[in-house]
Amino acid sequence: MNISPLNICLLGVIGLVAAGFYGLLTTRNLIKVVIMLQILVKAAVLGLITAGNISGQLYVTQSMAITVIVADTIVAVIGMAFAIQIRRQVGTLDTNELSSLRG
Amino acid sequence: MPTIDTLEWAMLETLIYGILVGAAIFSAIQSLRADSLLRSAIWLAGVSVLLSIVFYLLGAYQVAVIELSVGAGLVTVLFVFAISVAGDEGIGERSLVPKPLAWGLVIFSGLLLIYFILPIKAPLSTISKTSLTAVFWEDRGLDLLVQIVLIYSGVLGLVGILAEAKAPLQQSMVDEVAAERERALQEMEQTVVPEVDSPI
Repeated sequence: MNISPLNICLLGVIGLVAAGFYGLLTTRNLIKVVIMLQILVKAAVLGLITAGNISGQLYVTQSMAITVIVADTIVAVIGMAFAIQIRRQVGTLDTNELSSLRG
Repeated sequence: MPTIDTLEWAMLETLIYGILVGAAIFSAIQSLRADSLLRSAIWLAGVSVLLSIVFYLLGAYQVAVIELSVGAGLVTVLFVFAISVAGDEGIGERSLVPKPLAWGLVIFSGLLLIYFILPIKAPLSTISKTSLTAVFWEDRGLDLLVQIVLIYSGVLGLVGILAEAKAPLQQSMVDEVAAERERALQEMEQTVVPEVDSPI
């Protein structure tokens, strides 16, 4: 396989998606869930910029990437505010302890 | 016909990209494995810094700057603030889904990604002539509107969530005030009645 910088960037996308996805599946701490979401979104931004470089329309993908970064930051802020409130009300950050519906 | 210099330069470029992307993946894995939330947030800032260098090398200068200032700066500060308020409690090793299932899903999705996007034959492209300002303000005006709405709703949501919760306490406070008034009335009766009785 011809290893060019773009292929390395795409391998990076795959690695970051794998790390973030695995973390999202296994972690039970609310703040860590937000951190793993950040890693997933960073992988998406790297994919966007790489695609922009491949297609030669880097400015279009840059403006999309800026939108993604803004949305991601808002998600992180709201997620952490939720985590703080849940910690105050329930007393834990463990996602398994949050459900009050016991079957 | 490429000369040896250009070949060496291409190899060096590939090596630089490899080191940066490899370090970013390493930081992401360390962020996943870290025991304390604070270390996890710092490793996340490391991912952000390394990726912003990659963005700069790919020619996306504006996104590199925004990623460095927002991703590595603002978000890290927010994480440290949230961790200091909510506490850095360690939650046990037991995972949300069984670990073999998680590994299976991750490997499956990774293989799907490899199948669909690799390998790319195109070389690194040169940057087109239009400027980001033109694209951003003229072609992608909708994006700008979406960002404004997002920031506004984010601030509103934050204010709403972080406001002190008072509503659930109102009923019990009413009961408490009523009980206190009742108690005061009884005390008044006990103190007033002897005064009335004493002259007789």
